[in-house]
Amino acid sequence: MDASDATLLLARAQFGITIGFHIVLAAVSIGLANFLMALEGLWLWRKKQVYMDLYKFWLKIFALNVAVGTASGLVMEFEFGTNWGRLSTVAGSIIGPLMFLEVMVAFFLEAGFVGIMLFGLKKVGPKLHFFSTCAVAIGSLFSAFWILSANSWLHTPAGYTFSPDGRFFPQDWLEIIFNPSFPYRMIHMSFAAFLGTAFMVGAAGAWQLLRDPSNPHARIMFSMAMWTVAIVGPMQIVAGDLHGENTLEHQPQKVAAMEGSWDRPPHFQGEPLRLFAIPDMSEKRNHYELAIPHIGSLYLRHSWTGTIKSLNEFPLSDIPPVAIVFFAFRAMVGLGFLMAGIGIASLVIRKRGRLYNTRWLHMTVLLMAPAGFLAMLCGWVVTEVGRQPFTVYGLLRTAQSSSPVSLSFVTTSFMSIIGVYVFVFGIGLIYLMRAIAITPKKGEKGPEPQLANETGQ
Amino acid sequence: MPLSDELIHVLAAGAVAFSILTYVILDGTDLGVGILFAVNRNARHRHVMAFSILPIWDGNETWLVLGGGGLLAMFPAAYSIFLSAMYAPIFLMLLSLIFRGVALEFRDRAETEKRQRWHDVAFMGGSLLATFFQGVVLGGLIQGIPHMDGQYRGGGWDWFSAFSIFCGLVLVAGYSLLGACWLYWRTTDDLHAKSRRQAKILAAIIPALLAVIVVWTLGLQTVHAQRWLTLPVGGPIIILFVCFTIWFWRSFNRKHHFLPLFAVLGWFITAYGAMILAMYPLIIPPSLTLPQASSARLSQVFMLGVFGILVPITLAYSTLGFWVFRGKIRAKERRQT
Repeated sequence: MDASDATLLLARAQFGITIGFHIVLAAVSIGLANFLMALEGLWLWRKKQVYMDLYKFWLKIFALNVAVGTASGLVMEFEFGTNWGRLSTVAGSIIGPLMFLEVMVAFFLEAGFVGIMLFGLKKVGPKLHFFSTCAVAIGSLFSAFWILSANSWLHTPAGYTFSPDGRFFPQDWLEIIFNPSFPYRMIHMSFAAFLGTAFMVGAAGAWQLLRDPSNPHARIMFSMAMWTVAIVGPMQIVAGDLHGENTLEHQPQKVAAMEGSWDRPPHFQGEPLRLFAIPDMSEKRNHYELAIPHIGSLYLRHSWTGTIKSLNEFPLSDIPPVAIVFFAFRAMVGLGFLMAGIGIASLVIRKRGRLYNTRWLHMTVLLMAPAGFLAMLCGWVVTEVGRQPFTVYGLLRTAQSSSPVSLSFVTTSFMSIIGVYVFVFGIGLIYLMRAIAITPKKGEKGPEPQLANETGQ
Repeated sequence: MPLSDELIHVLAAGAVAFSILTYVILDGTDLGVGILFAVNRNARHRHVMAFSILPIWDGNETWLVLGGGGLLAMFPAAYSIFLSAMYAPIFLMLLSLIFRGVALEFRDRAETEKRQRWHDVAFMGGSLLATFFQGVVLGGLIQGIPHMDGQYRGGGWDWFSAFSIFCGLVLVAGYSLLGACWLYWRTTDDLHAKSRRQAKILAAIIPALLAVIVVWTLGLQTVHAQRWLTLPVGGPIIILFVCFTIWFWRSFNRKHHFLPLFAVLGWFITAYGAMILAMYPLIIPPSLTLPQASSARLSQVFMLGVFGILVPITLAYSTLGFWVFRGKIRAKERRQT
């Protein structure tokens, strides 16, 4: 591997790491902000202290998350320029405005009101405070909207034309923003954020219930989490299926890689479901394949014998790394079905009135605390590694998208980022675990409760 | 009435410049408070200092994200060249900002006093280094960046020079002054008195440092700094600077404690304006102009529309955020950690 290949690979790895950390924090922000909005809404409506206790409990955790999330997000904004300069120059007229809008419409909304939300409970009336919580929750969803629109445009570019010097120029902003894969990506990711957070909250509740099944705070946490999983889990499977259909239309190589399909089977055989395989990029086939016939056709083409374009129908230079995409997809779908299954099981158990006493359910949810976020990360690996070798699909290759920065610089930034992120996020995770392990109690205090008392005339 | 391309480019540049200036004013103050942790070691003082910026630092930092986003959207070639050229100091600044934000928010989770001091070191160090590297990046920009065909064309070390390091140090002094004036406004008793002393010391040396930068920039000949020597440009700059200086020194006798901060903000805005006047029409000295770096006209126009409508709204609710946490900060009895 020569220096420029190594530089490209390191730049890609660095981007993957920075965005991997950030997306989990962003998803927690979206999930928790909306959960907090629900809790505060319930408190204002039902006037029960237990909702405000839970609100303040999770508000402290939200405060931790916002601090680290902002920091990681800042890096993303600038990383397009530091490491992907050519992509920025060539596609900046299109993805730049989308990211600008994210800051303007969404991030500012969150950042502007989060101060009141975290520290202003005693400073402003309940209506203004609830408005602040809602602003933060809606801001987080607006953020997802714009970032995913920009990301989706890279996968399914639309509404553009070329300038005389070969840059992407916008022609129709509505077509750009609502490009073909955007709606599917937006829904799939929003569900993922809610599902991931639901398992995190559910696991916290389960942990408390295992020690004391009568704890009212734990019961409400767990119940709200399980409702979310029961509703969103199955919907996510449907959303994923529709997203996959859309991907098949616009990025067939990605779906072929997800399936590990090197050669199209004869029509009557249909696509198999490959439970396991070791893809071989040099020989362009799989080893040790374990497959069930026809099942693949059911979810890929909704028929018994439909087939998809296979990897060998494309030039080798146009297909993504197969093994990573193949295994990440299996992991994501496996976790997805497991989560949906837990959701449905919880409904049955709830109907029998045993939701707070069924220990195996609590243990399972506790073990599955990171399941939603793991599935989400796997999904992002599928879609982003599956987008290779392109940055703008079919139009601009990753190898042509990087900045003219030398290997020594990228190596140094890569190592520094790993060091700082592991250290900072590690400490954050420890504080998070400590905060979650404490039992929420009556008269729970918010983050920095003295701040409101000590500030002001 | 169609607006000319040139006007659109200037307005677009104005939007980016406004975002960066707002960032410098707002987060410069927060960073200054962090830097002052180095000289304010008392635990109660630090507690008050941290509380003064906790509710607002996140929103303040967002203006930097807006500036970066605006640059990408409206001048993508400049964004790419600038960030590739400033690779090392930008990453160092970003990592420092991570330490600053996380240390500040995690401060009160520290279970022992010794651990809290480590958080304070991270907070102070992060603030100091973030400021320093912002100054270095500014100096690196002024001294020029080699580029060709919309791509950076240097070895990666062009930013590293005596000039850029000096700019970094001056910005540290400048943000510290903002921080000291902020604390003079927001605190009472001994911290209020200490901040007044610190502000006066910094304000005494900064004009000299700025004069050095002016002379040095003239010598670099990468920007149109000679405009400062002309009467229509240099005249107003000097008059404004002198007015704010007089206002600053007289403001300490007044009832309103926000006056010194506003005088220093006047300095910052004047200096920023002077720099822009020296740079126009360049966006990357010495040779990349606004038209050359611009994105599609449709992108710039769209962004200007969004900016024009949303920035006033953003300023309004940000002001609300500030207003909710207004007033002096008085630490209640010593907290147990």
